[in-house]
Amino acid sequence: MKTALKMLAAGKFLAAASLTASLGFAPSAEAYTVYISNEKDNTISIIDSTTLEVTDTIAVGQRPRGILLTNDGKYLLICASDDDTVQVFDVETKQVVRELPSGPDPELFVLHPSGNPLYIANEDDNLVTVVDIVDNKVLAEIPVGVEPEGMGISPDGKVLVNTSETTNMAHFIDTETNEIFDNLLVDSRPRFAEFNKDGEKLWVTSEIGGTVAVIDAKTRKMITKISFEVPGVQPEAIQPVGLRVTKDGSRAFVALGPSNRVAVINGETHEVEKYLLVGQRVWQLAFTPDEKMLFTSNGVSNDISVIDTEKLRVIKSIGVGRFPWGVAISQE
Amino acid sequence: MTTPPTEQEVRGLSLTGYLHCLRGIVWREALRFLQQRERFIAALVRPLVWLFIFAAGFRSVLGVSIIPPYETYVLYEVYVTPGLVAMIQLFNGMQSSLSMVYDREMGNMRTLLVSPFPRWFLLTSKLMAGVAVSLLQVAVFLAITWFWEVEPPLWGYLAVIPALILSGLMLGALGMLLSSGIKQLENFAGIMNFVIFPMFFASSALYPLWRMKETSPLLYEICLLNPFTYVVELIRFALYGQLNLEALAVVAGFTILFLGGAIFAYNPSKGLIARRGGPGGK
Repeated sequence: MKTALKMLAAGKFLAAASLTASLGFAPSAEAYTVYISNEKDNTISIIDSTTLEVTDTIAVGQRPRGILLTNDGKYLLICASDDDTVQVFDVETKQVVRELPSGPDPELFVLHPSGNPLYIANEDDNLVTVVDIVDNKVLAEIPVGVEPEGMGISPDGKVLVNTSETTNMAHFIDTETNEIFDNLLVDSRPRFAEFNKDGEKLWVTSEIGGTVAVIDAKTRKMITKISFEVPGVQPEAIQPVGLRVTKDGSRAFVALGPSNRVAVINGETHEVEKYLLVGQRVWQLAFTPDEKMLFTSNGVSNDISVIDTEKLRVIKSIGVGRFPWGVAISQE
Repeated sequence: MTTPPTEQEVRGLSLTGYLHCLRGIVWREALRFLQQRERFIAALVRPLVWLFIFAAGFRSVLGVSIIPPYETYVLYEVYVTPGLVAMIQLFNGMQSSLSMVYDREMGNMRTLLVSPFPRWFLLTSKLMAGVAVSLLQVAVFLAITWFWEVEPPLWGYLAVIPALILSGLMLGALGMLLSSGIKQLENFAGIMNFVIFPMFFASSALYPLWRMKETSPLLYEICLLNPFTYVVELIRFALYGQLNLEALAVVAGFTILFLGGAIFAYNPSKGLIARRGGPGGK
């Protein structure tokens, strides 16, 4: 009798969970494909944006981190950091078709707006490697500060910005000459750089400094520095990493690392509007092309969270592989 | 040839008569409610104190696990709200049974029970009146929590109504059953302590059961045997537009059990009242 009771008890809530029917809807009507790199599992998780379910998990190179889609949407480029290469993944056949010469330990990269070349941050070598993705060759190596990581490129493709984690600088690189023409000191451990679509502003996140620098892209002067305060969260847990700005520049979303929050920033006033609770150690972010949803990779809780950007609400968290790192979303 | 008149026709009980009776009982409860505005405010202050003060200190208590019906991480305020809604109903159920003890002491109960309508109908009507009051309290509470960023989907607010009616009936019937065994108002405070607090704390109202399990497997099993856990879960799932069939079955089962028990206990010739020497306990 007692065992039966125990069995009943154990099965109870599982049964309750399975008997429930969810009526939630994803805000985007369009079906996009979401790619997540799982740093520890060496896999890519593929998610359907309408059902918000993992449809496939595919093994790729060692320690996949930064990922992005080529402009034609045919290939997913993957920084396989421990394989010292950038892999080219065919999204149709779901196979790695070739590798790009990336230099050692590639972590994050950015594609020129025209679709080529690719600019890769080589964390261990203090270099930015410029790679022609069509001809499969290195065009240039640009020496930058110590531990380069964040990569941003102006919408006209003329200015490349690299942030170096130890030098605490944003380096401005002329893409014609592949040389640094200006530097700006920012707060400790800058990790990510992103331009507004109109090219007027540059956003740089500082992980240890706990701030986001908003920089005038033309004069390369600091406009303001945004700091964060989450009720009930230790200040040192607030570590801004990934950042995305809407196309119209009205809002920026910042992943705040171990504080498990995404901050919503007003693009005009630079005030924090809201903090959204997501999974643990939120790292990188990506919008769907219609910008109705924002996907976050939560490194420690091994899941991703989906944010409804109109209602500013987290609608779902989906389990993926271990240590999800990068997020990329198809254009159609 | 004429058919023999049914018992109802003999006693002159038509459907209109039933409705009239129901209206009378509900109206009396409504009047009592309107006369006691402090009671309404007190019923709101209690869960709001929990929400604003207690929950504020426990923001990170839920840790990393996502439990149904939630699809993502939730703040503690969001988790605790269905439990506080159930708490409103628990207090309301006990309060209305408190009023039955009062009625019995004052003799109003005798007036009610000598009515020609069947006892089950009279008692159920009284319960419905109590549930209606609790629905009003819950509605105001949920409206306030909405501003505290507890924002279930809009259709969840509709889906929760049937769940609240059922859970209100269950808790009201429990109170009624308890009240039948109480001689005097003074004893009721003890029952409040022995029933309300254990029921509320040993349930999923304040913490998810997986967390209870981590701390104490015994406590976890106690929580699983506590019908209040299922009240909380029924409300929690309904508030997010989902049906927890297990909770529904348990709550419905206990409603029937408690209500049956109360109807039996309030039988002047058979129930506990008879053994205690009639209404008023004299």
